[in-house]
Amino acid sequence: MTIEELEQIAKSVCQENEKYDFEVNVCMDLACSSQGAQQLKDALVKAAETSGKNVHIRRTGCMGPCSSGPLVRVDPEEALYHHVNADHAEAIVNSLGGAPVPDLQCDLNEHFDKQVRVVLENAGYIDPEKIDEYIARDGYKALLTALTEMTPNGVVHRITESGLRGRGGGGYPTGLKWGTVAKASGDVKYVVCNGDEGDPGAFMDRSVMEGDPHRVIEGMALAAYAVGASKGFIYVRAEYPTAVGRLTAGLRDARRRGLLGNNICNTPFNFDIEIRLGAGAFVCGEETALLASIEGKRGTPRPRPPYPAVSGLFGKPTLINNVETYANIAPIVRNGGKWFANMGSERSKGTKVFALTGKIANTGLVEVPMGIKLREIIEVIGGGVPGGHTFKAVQTGGPSGGCIPAEMLDVGVSYDALVRLGSIMGSGGMIVMDDTSCMVNVARFFIEFCMTESCGKCIPCRAGTAQMFTLLTRFCNGSGTMDDLELLESLCSTVKEASLCGLGQTAPNPVLSTLKYFRNEYIEHIVHKRCPAGVCNIQAPVTDQKEVLA
Amino acid sequence: MSETVSNVKTLVIDEQEVSALAGQTILDVARENDIYIPTLCHLEGLSNVGACRLCLVEIKGGNKLLPACVTTVFEGMEVSTHTERLQKHRRMILELLFAERNHICSVCVANGHCELQALAQDQGVTHISLPYRNPELTVDASLAQFTVDHNRCILCTRCVRVCAEIEGAHVWDVMGRGINSIVITDLHDNWGSSSCTRCGKCVQVCPTGALFDKSKVGSDHPKYPDFLPYLNLMREAQ
Repeated sequence: MTIEELEQIAKSVCQENEKYDFEVNVCMDLACSSQGAQQLKDALVKAAETSGKNVHIRRTGCMGPCSSGPLVRVDPEEALYHHVNADHAEAIVNSLGGAPVPDLQCDLNEHFDKQVRVVLENAGYIDPEKIDEYIARDGYKALLTALTEMTPNGVVHRITESGLRGRGGGGYPTGLKWGTVAKASGDVKYVVCNGDEGDPGAFMDRSVMEGDPHRVIEGMALAAYAVGASKGFIYVRAEYPTAVGRLTAGLRDARRRGLLGNNICNTPFNFDIEIRLGAGAFVCGEETALLASIEGKRGTPRPRPPYPAVSGLFGKPTLINNVETYANIAPIVRNGGKWFANMGSERSKGTKVFALTGKIANTGLVEVPMGIKLREIIEVIGGGVPGGHTFKAVQTGGPSGGCIPAEMLDVGVSYDALVRLGSIMGSGGMIVMDDTSCMVNVARFFIEFCMTESCGKCIPCRAGTAQMFTLLTRFCNGSGTMDDLELLESLCSTVKEASLCGLGQTAPNPVLSTLKYFRNEYIEHIVHKRCPAGVCNIQAPVTDQKEVLA
Repeated sequence: MSETVSNVKTLVIDEQEVSALAGQTILDVARENDIYIPTLCHLEGLSNVGACRLCLVEIKGGNKLLPACVTTVFEGMEVSTHTERLQKHRRMILELLFAERNHICSVCVANGHCELQALAQDQGVTHISLPYRNPELTVDASLAQFTVDHNRCILCTRCVRVCAEIEGAHVWDVMGRGINSIVITDLHDNWGSSSCTRCGKCVQVCPTGALFDKSKVGSDHPKYPDFLPYLNLMREAQ
């Protein structure tokens, strides 16, 4: 494959598309599929045949606002229809060339206006299983340009210049990591993609892998060229069968096109990728546990240093990045580091994909520039809290993150700002809670998650999270005391400071942040035996019963 | 080339100046200089896993606590091993262990020879403020010579490591996750019907009464894990 051949493919795809008068794009991501997108697509194909119109019906990846699904976008008009089902197929096909179907049109202009799409630029526009459609949207151009015109150091420099930071949650500067692996000594190096997304309420990486798998593959190939690796692994959880299928198909097509394999683009660069499935352990998202799991060992973290950049997979220097990080690479190489660095805030560059869930009108995927205020994400893009309820808190960063209260919503989203608030950026889950959520119960939920997902290797995390869960359960059923609260805070400190890996070190965050911002709710549970949100089932205290009997 | 990179590092541990070879761990250097750092999962002669977190130390210039057993020294390092913060975490970790399973010293075969008991005495853990979990755990006495009592196990994985690394049998491993983890023989078979070689190394290295010799229990029969460094030395000499 050469750049000329790549351009030829792009040209033929464009010519193919020009044959059609209309394009109807059906979102076939998990959320839309579960609501009948497949039947809808079949009905559209049928309706198009009967109408005799020249229509291209395409399945695409996630378009974003999942709660409005199934979604259909009609081009060239760019009319977006929501809550579409198979019965609407005929009306949609009939409307082509005329005015859009009024009942189905959704008004999500505000939702989209504030967004900037870099990672998700292809999702919703291409068929994820057609490599040529990816190529037609400048796909693999960055890889072939880098291979033929740039040195590996040049690629590392461009990533450093962009200011990209790891999108898995830690926010480690990506260019620095790549430079370290590039400098590490050894003939054999590995590139690993962490697709073990496990935070409750987070589905950014799944949508990227399902909606635009080649973006991840191209990012990994560029990384391999930059650091001098010839073998890559994508670690995906087995609970994402569609993502696994799309990646498998993507790898097959990339090999057929000569974009993976030996002597890519007639250069000495060799690279191929293997998929490894995770068996459902959350802790395998921690990099050293993930590497152990790929090696076929029990997925438990090990102390660092040595960092994977020095001694990683099979003891070799290993570059490990998250799915979204790799998805940012091709546009950076294509458009330059400065282009990327112009977006975002001072120390957090570019855009970030968030998965909005919980008590919010528009649940789904959004991509926003860093530095945007939390309030804008929740009230404008997310459409606010529905049902006349009031906003209470937003949990960022999953079980490792914290709850941010309404008073703090005017803070701009960045790695450092969220840490200052007692939370973390995490992989990008955002769970919105309203006045019907009990914060003690929320903390208990996340601690239960950490307890069941602890690997059991180090004592503070293994036994500490279990003890925290016991104490939080006491508060929720009304048997907790103020001594228990003191004990809980003491436990939080030990688990946070003494645990071996990131999972344990951040496990107390939901408790610490709710104690910081919603301490009165704990006191209500303990002293007045009352759950202000009415969630916890607290039995009337014994003294009250005596009074009733008297 | 007047200067060569020195292989010897000098550092300060608890305000005592010490010298070390590059690549040595803080724990190695501390022990050479009679500076006491509590440990539980560490055992000389086995690989380090850094799991018990008792050997955490503070290093000047960094806020993170680092395990002395796996952290290597660097020139000019200033290590504190017994700050108030560390002692607080150590006591909490020991309390967590005592409350996790059923550790009742008075009826334990290892009473008087238990590393957990000794550490608790040493660190001044006089009572447990955490709620006891009292899990229902089994005892496997199916092997003729030895018994495993999961009630006393602290999951230090010394048995797993000695079996895999020294005996080369890899009979022991860990099953389950988090608070439900237990050590198992083979694929959770009875110890008696497992591929165990009956060498008894796991029993000697077990810090508590979880693994014990059926014929030798009680205060007259301590365990002897000291064979390990000697065994390793002799193997290397061959």
